[in-house]
Amino acid sequence: MASETPIQATVVLESKPSSLVEPCRQILSALEEKGFTQDDVFAVHLALEEAFLNAVKHGNKMDRSKKVTLEYAIDDEKVEIKMADEGQGFNPQDIPDPRAGDNLYRPEGRGLLLIRAYMHLARYGSNGTSLRMVRYKNKPVPDRSEVGLA
Amino acid sequence: MAAIQPRISVEYSKDATVVSFTDEKILEETDMRSVRTAIEAVIEQASSIRLVLDFRHVKFLSSAVLGLLIRISKRIYEQGGQLRLCNIHPGIYEVFKITRLTSVFDICEDVDSAVESLSDGR
Repeated sequence: MASETPIQATVVLESKPSSLVEPCRQILSALEEKGFTQDDVFAVHLALEEAFLNAVKHGNKMDRSKKVTLEYAIDDEKVEIKMADEGQGFNPQDIPDPRAGDNLYRPEGRGLLLIRAYMHLARYGSNGTSLRMVRYKNKPVPDRSEVGLA
Repeated sequence: MAAIQPRISVEYSKDATVVSFTDEKILEETDMRSVRTAIEAVIEQASSIRLVLDFRHVKFLSSAVLGLLIRISKRIYEQGGQLRLCNIHPGIYEVFKITRLTSVFDICEDVDSAVESLSDGR
């Protein structure tokens, strides 16, 4: 039986892709412990990967002196993840839709779309350096194929 | 230290080259460079390769892999080759659908149908 005690932690990570391996393993393991479905685990894994790579590559520009702060809380109903980088920030509305026109053939620019498609809530802070994401247990995200970017 | 694994396996069927990803998860941090290098080495072996990418073992990938596939696809078609993807796990197919890459890649059910479609020149 799943424990009622929330699982939560805050970790400060170096700006390199491999920094996510261990916290990601802990979060996915906690989701399973809390009885989240395999679809939930896939969705959170994907959103985590995309958000962290955005923070490291586009936020901190791979600058090892800058950190990414990852905060998560998992209870019996939902997982909430906050991620903050030390970059210049961005406006999500400036990101072109990767499904439109020639963007479809560009190798990059799909991370934000996937985060929005797989999480019930994905909201950037006003300065564009922090992201808050929520996914509820065993609740499919509606209209995934029509998800917007803004 | 992380184990060094072969990231792909290569087989030949009729006049097609079938590359299978051997990992269950393809992640940016550990796998992308080695996968890219391995596939590029295969592509370089023929000027107009007929390549099938078999995803039967893959249960998870990120958008970085989608970017890699687009780069590979461009390179193959520039060289007069053809590309098919096959055996894509339903969860991953959903990622292709959301990003509308189902309209960019020729996706087949399995290796046989992928090889057959290449032979037909469809």
